[in-house]
Amino acid sequence: MSNSRPEMSDEEIIARRRRRSIALGIALAVLVALFYAITIVRMGGNVFERP
Amino acid sequence: MAYIEHNDTVAAGAAQVEDYFALLKPRVMSLVVFTALVGMLLAPGPLNPVIGFAAILCIAVGAGASGALNMWFDADIDRVMSRTANRPIPSGRMHRGDALVFGLWLSGFAVAVLGLATNWVAAGLLAFTIFFYAVIYTMWLKRSTPQNIVIGGAAGAFPPMVGWAAVTGNVSLESILLFLIIFLWTPPHFWALALYKQSDYEAAGVPMMPNVAGERSTRIQIAVYSVILVAVSLLPGVFGFAGWIYEAAAAVLGAVFLYHALRLLNLTGAEMRRRARTLFTYSLSYLFVIFLALLADGTVLVWLGLS
Repeated sequence: MSNSRPEMSDEEIIARRRRRSIALGIALAVLVALFYAITIVRMGGNVFERP
Repeated sequence: MAYIEHNDTVAAGAAQVEDYFALLKPRVMSLVVFTALVGMLLAPGPLNPVIGFAAILCIAVGAGASGALNMWFDADIDRVMSRTANRPIPSGRMHRGDALVFGLWLSGFAVAVLGLATNWVAAGLLAFTIFFYAVIYTMWLKRSTPQNIVIGGAAGAFPPMVGWAAVTGNVSLESILLFLIIFLWTPPHFWALALYKQSDYEAAGVPMMPNVAGERSTRIQIAVYSVILVAVSLLPGVFGFAGWIYEAAAAVLGAVFLYHALRLLNLTGAEMRRRARTLFTYSLSYLFVIFLALLADGTVLVWLGLS
């Protein structure tokens, strides 16, 4: 199996890189949403407690 | 463009998204997620669903990260064993270094986010779990002693404690019992695998119990650990943490476990390997169902108004 890999075409390598980038982008978007949700939950009503 | 590493040609940029996913050992991760979830749901105290989801995600990613670190370090062993030869690194789809970087980043993220979302006791336990699996087990014990999976089993046993700590912020007798059940389950589980994959481990030079102490000794030790496991699995009821649903399930599941384990004692050759495989498969269902029973005990009785 490993013998056939190095002969991969440039197009295929670029396509795979693109799919990896998309996956990373989705992961980052999920992380942003998660951080937002955690922040809201952890701060809760305290958001409105202003001095 | 390609370059040489360990006599294997790896195509730069050949890794698929699936290969990165495979580094996380998704099948191990599923059991980790499940046991951590049970630990979290059993723990006393309020649990916000968003925080609970974040905690489980962190524990899953932390477990995945230790899987990636394991595959980084063990690429030489994985290449030799039929069960693991097609993993991303030994099959030549990915560089070792990429797995290392991936594993380190995910570890850092998982621990930091768990600490921020829940508390630092849980985060510290998760960090220790990753360290224990990647460094203590993978780098040290696995290659040096037949007790490798006995001690290393602690890494697989920590997740319910992490889940518990995510809610309560501490470690208690209940969560230690959850730990013990998985810890004691690990030796019979992996030695059953080692009994029918013995030649694989032999070829890779991993000192598993059957290769070092012999099949007979391994079968006896499987039986001993199984007896202790079943005894400990009944303790939650004795201490009053679980009711009759769990106790009944643990007794029945434990009896079947003992049947499979003790049955191995007087067998040899192909029949023994076949039975070892049966024990291995059963042990997976055993752990799943016993934790499910613990969960059912804690919730069903409340729903029915019986507790």
